[in-house]
Parts: sequence; C-alpha cells; structure tokens
Amino acid sequence: MTTTQSEVDFEGTAPVPGAPLLEVDNLFVEFRTRDGVAKVLNGVSYRVEPGETLAVLGESGSGKSVTAQTVMGILDMPPGVITGGEIRFHGENLLKASPKRRREVRGSGIAMIFQDALSALNPVFTVGFQIEEQLRLRKGMSRRDARKRAVELLEQVKIPNAKGRVRQYPHEFSGGMRQRAMIAMSLALDPEMLIADEPTTALDVTVQAQIMDLLKDIQVERNMGLILITHDLGVVAEVADRIAVMYAGRIVEQSHARDLYRKPGHPYTQGLLDSLPRLDLKGTELTTIKGLPPSLLNIPKGCPFNPRCPRVQDICKTEVPPQHRLAPGRLSACHFAEELISGD
Amino acid sequence: MTDNIIEVRDLVKHFPVRVGVLFKRTVGHVRAVDGVSFDLKRGETLGVVGESGCGKSTLAQVLMRLEPPTSGTATFEGRDILKMKGGELRKLRRDIQIVLQDPYTSLNPRMTVGDIIGEPFEIHPEVAPKASRAKKVRELLDVVGLNPEHINRYPHQFSGGQRQRIGIARALALRPKVIVCDEPVSALDVSIQAQVMNLLGDLQTEFGLSYVFIAHDLSVVRHLSDRVAVMYLGKMVEVGTEEEIYEHPTHPYTQALLSAVPVPDPELRDHRQVIRLEGDVPSPVDPPSGCRFRTRCWKAQDICATEEPKLVTRVANHPSACHFAEEKSVVP
Repeated sequence: MTTTQSEVDFEGTAPVPGAPLLEVDNLFVEFRTRDGVAKVLNGVSYRVEPGETLAVLGESGSGKSVTAQTVMGILDMPPGVITGGEIRFHGENLLKASPKRRREVRGSGIAMIFQDALSALNPVFTVGFQIEEQLRLRKGMSRRDARKRAVELLEQVKIPNAKGRVRQYPHEFSGGMRQRAMIAMSLALDPEMLIADEPTTALDVTVQAQIMDLLKDIQVERNMGLILITHDLGVVAEVADRIAVMYAGRIVEQSHARDLYRKPGHPYTQGLLDSLPRLDLKGTELTTIKGLPPSLLNIPKGCPFNPRCPRVQDICKTEVPPQHRLAPGRLSACHFAEELISGD
Repeated sequence: MTDNIIEVRDLVKHFPVRVGVLFKRTVGHVRAVDGVSFDLKRGETLGVVGESGCGKSTLAQVLMRLEPPTSGTATFEGRDILKMKGGELRKLRRDIQIVLQDPYTSLNPRMTVGDIIGEPFEIHPEVAPKASRAKKVRELLDVVGLNPEHINRYPHQFSGGQRQRIGIARALALRPKVIVCDEPVSALDVSIQAQVMNLLGDLQTEFGLSYVFIAHDLSVVRHLSDRVAVMYLGKMVEVGTEEEIYEHPTHPYTQALLSAVPVPDPELRDHRQVIRLEGDVPSPVDPPSGCRFRTRCWKAQDICATEEPKLVTRVANHPSACHFAEEKSVVP
C-alpha cells in the first residue's frame, strides 16, 4: 500500500533514450588501507548492450570483481573510495544517483550472482523465503502470489520438485542446486542486466556445464545483458561475445571473442593463452609468464605489465600505453599492439 | 619383481556416519573409496581424475597412511604399507611424500620457511646432519625456484604460487621416491599454475620421481600424466594411458567428463559434441546398486541396476567398468 514517490529528488541525470544498457566510463577506485593506498581500478571502461555477453577475464587481484561491485553499488566503503569515472545505466549516472534510486536499480535493473552460493544465501531462511522477500518488498506481492512466483522461478532454473524445494534451506541443496537457486533469486525482479561473478568456479565440471547452459538459455530468452567475470579461458571461449582482459586494475585488451583467441593483441593475453594446458593437445613444456602480478600498493611505472613482458622496451618503463584501436571494437593497451597483430 | 613401485588391491575406506550426542549409533557408511586397484610404475605419473566426492583425496590419505583403510592391501616396493608400524612406517614416510592443495592452510604460519622445509630433517636426522641442514634447506629453495635468502621469512610473506613451491620443497626434503600431489595447482592462477606444473615436470626428470597426481582439471592431468585413472563415487571406472583415456575413452562417464570441459577456442564452439549429464552425483552413503553411474547414464539398461560392471578390458585395449563400453572420441 505504499505510494511510490515520483523520481524527483535525486541530483543524477535521467535515463537517456537510445543510450547503451550499461557503460562503465574511466572508473577509478582506491582502497585506503593501513599499508598505503592500493590503486585497485585505474581507468576501467566497458559497455554492454542487451543480449550481449561480455566476459571480464583476469587473475586474482586484477580488479574484475571490484568493478562489478562498484557497478552494483555494493563496494565496501571504506576502505574503497571511488576517485573518478561514471557508471551509466541507460545513460543515467548511477554514481550520482540517490541511495533510493540505486536500490531501485539493484535487482530490477542490474542483478548479480556470486561464486560461493553457500555463503551468499542466508542459512537460517528457506530458499523460498529468500526469493519471496524481494517480491513482497519491492513488488508488494502477497505471500501467496510470491510463493507461486518463487516456485515458477525455481522451475525456470530447472530445479526438480520446485514445490517441495521452495520450503528447504540452502544446506539441503547440492552445490549446483544452490547456484541455480541463486540464479532464480537474481531473476525475481526481471533484471535487464546480470553480473555473474565466477558463477561456476566452485562447481564440478559436469555441473559447471549445466549452469553455463542455463545462464546462456536464460540470457537469450530474456535478451539480458550479461557480464561474466571469470579467470577460466575455457568458459569464456564457450559463451562470450566480447572479452575484456584485466591486469592490475586496467583493461589491457578488449576484443570480440574469436579475434582474441585467434590473435591476441596484448602480450599478457598471449601469455595467458600460452600458459594454458590444453585438453586437446599434449604439449611438453608450458610457456609461462615469468614473475608475479604486481602489488596494487606499488604498481610499476609505465605499463603495469612491463616487468613480466617478453617484448619490453624502454618506452614501456616510462609511459603508460594508451588504448590503441586495432579494429572496430578492438582495443589494446600495448605500445606495440599493431606489431603484435600484424607481425609474427 | 616388477617395476611397480606401488601396488594397490581392492582398497576400501568407509567412514562411519554416527548420530546421537552421548550414545553414538552408526547409521551408515560413507563409501569414500570402495574397492580400488591400481599400480604405479617407477618414474611414471599416474593421474587420478574425478569430481568432488569421488574419493580421490581419501585415496591419497590412505596411501600416505594418514587414514587407516577399511580393507584391502597396498604395497610399496613389495612391502605392505597398511601393516607397517613404528620405525618401518617412519622409513616409509621418507619414501612417500605429499603435496597438499591449499598452500594457505598447509603451512604453519608461525614457522619460518627454513623451519618448515627443515622439519623433516628433525624427524629423520640420518638424512642430514644438523650442521648441514641450513645448507640443505637453501639448496631445496633453489631447486624449487625460490630465493635461498628468504629462508627466514614466514609463509604470509609469499604469494600462493610461491607457497606451493615451499610445500613442494618440503616434500622433496627427504628425497622421496613417490610424491602424492593432491590438487597441487587448483588454487593457483593460470600463469602461476603453468609455472608450478613445469616445476613438477622438471623435478620428476631430475630426481626420477613417481607421481600420483590427483586433480579435477582434466587438462592439467593430461598435461602431466603418463597414465590416467578416472574415478566416480569411490570406484575407478576407466584406466589407461593418457592417449587411451583422452583420445579413445570408452566409459560413458569419461566421455561426459571430457565433453564438459570448456575448450579455450571459440572456433570450436559450434562444432563440439556435447554430452550433458543430468542431475548431481548421488550420495556416497547410499550409492546406486549395480553400476554407480547408471542414474546419470544415457546408456543404462536393466543389467546396470543388477550387476556391477567389472573393470576389465572390453574394447580399445584398456579396462573400462561399463557393460556397454564403446569407443567414442569427444575431444576435438
């Protein structure tokens, strides 16, 4: 029975017709810790259109999850501080939006699922209750309608015996089932955009395949934008339309999936692909990337990848490489990107 | 008599499930490992793959004598591992060592790296006299690619990959003949994982080690293994050389497992044969009768529910525990 307030009292810009679904523009985030300032994101930009899958690929500490948390507005602040950039959802800058407006977008505009479903679900409430909660609070549904909708959602994510399952607690679900339940929960408010943060990392390979198929089906059915955050180059190859590779808080390469695997446009991407053991090829020695990823408290001068890069030159140690446009929709932050693509 | 360094026959490990607070009753058993037989040849790597709960880690722990088995035998160079006691068991520990999965919890945070790697020498002083211990530890650090000057650092000062190297150095300290690797690279990032895998390969050549390499990642296992055993719910369902398992799999579970692995090549996206299994792995407390895989198998017939298929060679020159074993290539 609540009267919805008209959207007048926030200072942000209004949605712009024709704008991309989601645009992250030159985003900077720092973590102010006891040990110093960790520069976690250093100018991250990407965009996602409806029905498109963007894979954000990177190793631990590359900033892929922090970007997603900032987009969702669930970044821990402190220690996190957003020091620059914009996040535009239908052209509306979410970073300037009122907390109330952000709450509206969260769930019904952009929803998120997490890696570890067991700790993302509340152990003391039934799975049904956790799905119904948002329906009742946000859509004002009655208990009975919400329960009916929760069962439908569980059926959509192919949980057998959804009517009985809706009454169970998360610990009564297997790992794959929990991930399905979390997907059902994220779909409750019909989001236009879903962020999946390592959705299958904790799962066995046969279950992982089931969950990826399910995500793909749901995305096509609803024409949702999907951001898939992962470190698994195999999963990315199977589902992504476009890929953004992150390293030390920057996107070092952005490309259509096929182009990136055919001819990587950044030495880091090349290194990642080479260091991967292949199921279909028995190699002798894996080519590795020497050294370790840098500490974010102390990112190397110039190109952050320069201490590990096999092609390093003097310029790499002094100048941060700009984004080179290699082809439409293809960017690489390497001074020698053109040579990499054309040469060899 | 043979060049088998480890022989395992019908190994069984059941964990009792107990309920009650004061008077505990046993209500069932988790059949973690349920009749497993295999040989490990000198100098080879035997890969063991399977999904979580299939018993591969329990197998490692029984081999290490960290858990007593329920029944079965396991011999190391002809001597029964499972009957050893006291001094003899201590001697066995020099020959079989383990590298654990999680480099964050398997190293004592209060000990320096030098103490961690040097501890085996405390228990086996005959390997290295006290005076030469620090030198030995430095050598080991060097062998695994760490800076020997970091001997006095603590585990938290190292990254995940470096910690795994510390774990490997500790396992190498006593110059073992066999190292059981229980998911040694699954907690590491791709670029670091490749470094550690190369290290394991190099050490094998250098010291003539035999590995039991346990992992859930089929690509990793293929890269390092000479022979591969596939486990499902406490049983081995298929054993063969790396090529037999990956190029000519005959058990439906192996085929499904291989086809579920994402291949990092978008060109193959639409050309791959995909076998999708329904549902989850059944509980090892109450495994299905007959063939354990039958509840998820697309080939299941009546015989599968009544008669357990033996792990014998039916087709393609390697053993497979399926009544309807049939070669099918699923890797692109």
